[in-house]
Amino acid sequence: MSFLQILWFILIGVLFSGFFFLDGFDYGVGMAVKTLGHNEKERSQIIQTIGPVWDGNEVWLITAGGAMFASFPYWYASLFSGYYLILLLILVGLIIRGVSFEFRAQSPEPRKPFWDNAMAIGSFIAPFFLGVMFISMIKGMPLDAHGDMTAHFFDYFNWFSIVGGIALTLLTYLHGLNYIALKTKGVISDRAQNYSKALYWVLYVGEVIFALLLLFQTDFLHVHPILTLLCLVLIVGFSVAGHVANFTNKQGYAFTFSGLTLVSLVALIFCGLFPRVMISSISSKYDLMIQSASSSNYTLIVMTIATVILVPCILAYTIWSYWIFRKRIEMPAIGEGY
Amino acid sequence: MLVGIMGALKMNIVSLARFQFAMTTIFHFFFVPFSIGTVFVVAIMESMYVHTGKPEYKKMTRFWGNVFLLSFAVGVVTGIIQEFQFGMNWSDYSRFMGDIFGAPLAFEALLSFFIESTFIGLWMFTWNKVGKKLHLFFIWMVAFGTVTSAVWILTANSFMQHPTGFAIRNGRAEMVNFGALLTNKQLMFEFGHVILGAILTGATIITGLAAFQLLKKRTLSDVNKTIYHKTIRLGLTLMLIFSLGSIGMGDMQMQYLVHEQPMKFAATEALYKTTGERAPWTMIGFANIKTHEVKGKIEIPGMLSILSYHKPTGAVKGMEEVNVEMEKKYGTHIDGHKMNYYVPVNTLFWSFRFMAGFGALMALVSIVGLVMTRKKKQTLYNHRWCLWVLGLMTFTPFIANTCGWLITELGRAPWTVYGLFTIAQSVSPNVSVASLLTSNIVYFCLFTGLAIILIGLIVRFLHNDPEELAMQGQASDKETDPFAKGAF
Repeated sequence: MSFLQILWFILIGVLFSGFFFLDGFDYGVGMAVKTLGHNEKERSQIIQTIGPVWDGNEVWLITAGGAMFASFPYWYASLFSGYYLILLLILVGLIIRGVSFEFRAQSPEPRKPFWDNAMAIGSFIAPFFLGVMFISMIKGMPLDAHGDMTAHFFDYFNWFSIVGGIALTLLTYLHGLNYIALKTKGVISDRAQNYSKALYWVLYVGEVIFALLLLFQTDFLHVHPILTLLCLVLIVGFSVAGHVANFTNKQGYAFTFSGLTLVSLVALIFCGLFPRVMISSISSKYDLMIQSASSSNYTLIVMTIATVILVPCILAYTIWSYWIFRKRIEMPAIGEGY
Repeated sequence: MLVGIMGALKMNIVSLARFQFAMTTIFHFFFVPFSIGTVFVVAIMESMYVHTGKPEYKKMTRFWGNVFLLSFAVGVVTGIIQEFQFGMNWSDYSRFMGDIFGAPLAFEALLSFFIESTFIGLWMFTWNKVGKKLHLFFIWMVAFGTVTSAVWILTANSFMQHPTGFAIRNGRAEMVNFGALLTNKQLMFEFGHVILGAILTGATIITGLAAFQLLKKRTLSDVNKTIYHKTIRLGLTLMLIFSLGSIGMGDMQMQYLVHEQPMKFAATEALYKTTGERAPWTMIGFANIKTHEVKGKIEIPGMLSILSYHKPTGAVKGMEEVNVEMEKKYGTHIDGHKMNYYVPVNTLFWSFRFMAGFGALMALVSIVGLVMTRKKKQTLYNHRWCLWVLGLMTFTPFIANTCGWLITELGRAPWTVYGLFTIAQSVSPNVSVASLLTSNIVYFCLFTGLAIILIGLIVRFLHNDPEELAMQGQASDKETDPFAKGAF
């Protein structure tokens, strides 16, 4: 394993972390459109919190996918062909959610509820099935010598992956609530904060079940005992910190901590996988390794140069854009954007 | 027996995966040139506003900007499918090509998608928040993002058409020269043709929709009338420039193809037998793919030599000769599959005629239109049939663009990467026919629904007038600073 291969394994993890941190609250906000908003005006207010930024956040997923294709083509090929129908569902979710922003804005009043539903359902499908995908992946999937997966229903859907899917969905929902609490003013902000306070108790239950299943269903504790436990502690620790921040009315901290909880979950997955990228349940000799799944050294160098130049720029203008939209949203502004 | 069934099944996976690629790409590419082109036109309108300070240009920008946003929304979501399906449907292709093919896709996301999506958010929501010049900068950044995105995706496509900068190592194609990917001659022509065609698309659509607006509304305020007239005038000017540009670039691309992909070129001219020194050009005709005869031909003597080489003489290779050459070069069998180097000749032949024909029509309409809208004598607006012609032009770029890609992609058969990797080798071996069928049906229903809704929303949006729309935007945002409340 070369330095560049390890670097790119970490970078893929960083890209997915960025994706879950940023698009994570978009999903939460999307689900909150139906669950938190009581009328169309409130729903508009909720949607406006992510109106200017959701599209940029979703690019993190596209970048993670593209970077995986470029730096670990064998991982990309095995993962995407193996999770065919699950990815199809995720795509459907992303599509109906993606168009719902603009279509809702341009639709007449009676049609708006339709797009509220599309947004909420799409925002639920994506994190749930991404959770199912990643969690079943770390349990091990029937990967043959060629790296092809021919899995059955219960390989995809089992207790562990379903709990993982629910936990991830709940986490993104909480992250979204914390974001709404931070970004709005008035009754919506308070309601989001109250929901968040209550739901953290449910999250704790989910996290404990998830942690127990992880210890029994994966080899993570066996392969990397310290890192695994550390990541689990971080997940729970950040959850508690986010919860406390909600009670002390520190909305900025609450949002940061729920984001870090998601990042810790990605870290757990990537730490546990190392030095593999995918685990074969047939035989460990069919495991897909960082060393053999990656691109050539030359390609990794080209990719590294591009990343080193471009990522700071991306971060700079992304932060600038959040700075421009830093103000809380009070009432739906008419005739502007969505 | 079993092998026969397996063979048939494999064939089925390939055809379903190909159908899906064609369907998703064609649908996606309805919106790509639509949004690249309209954002360019809108950016010009806003530049005129900032330059002259006239409010009607602002109204124009906001009005047509909304049409752009609608097309962009569908373009974005259908684009995600494109990136995912290489892994989902074409996993063996991804394994073989990922080392060289993945990088342009990753760069596209890093360089273009982030810029596009961030600045589009900024542009949409900051009309009343930032200065005029900064706001103008936002839309030009979006335009920059869309253009660079085309560079990267066409770099990837050009590699498939004309692989360079690689070596076969470790059982796959590995990148050895990144610069060679970018200096690929194929890319120069392809990018030029696509980008000029995209701006032509945007200009034609906006001109056409403005003509429909004039047709639909019998009574218009003077402001609205001026806005539509100015839109048409600007649109026609851009149509003229970019139709001539894309025709010229297309011509260069075809001359390049004569040498580079002779099978594709011969198929677009339905040429089976190699011609003599003065090659005749078949204007129309129907090829019989079994007997290799072309029926109902109308020929222009010597014309094909002129088209191919820009001189009166020069023989052009027919498909039969090219096929023999390719069999010699690549063999009659690859991986146990009997190779057929012929491409779907009638589809290519007619696609080329529709593409070039509509391209020429757009150029012609723009010239006549510009003459009829000149300041001294604006006769165009008085004739309803003239407006109808302009209006119906809205649909032509979609047909021309689709035909262009059909030529490019079908003409690449039987290869995914020319001369290197076949379509049959590329498909995911572990994806079942049932899965592929499911995804095909899901996408088909989804696309049909999206298309109907989008057209409905555009038609609905066009009930507004630029002036009314500007009135709605007067309300200012009510926001407060979250940092004032002690969130941190």
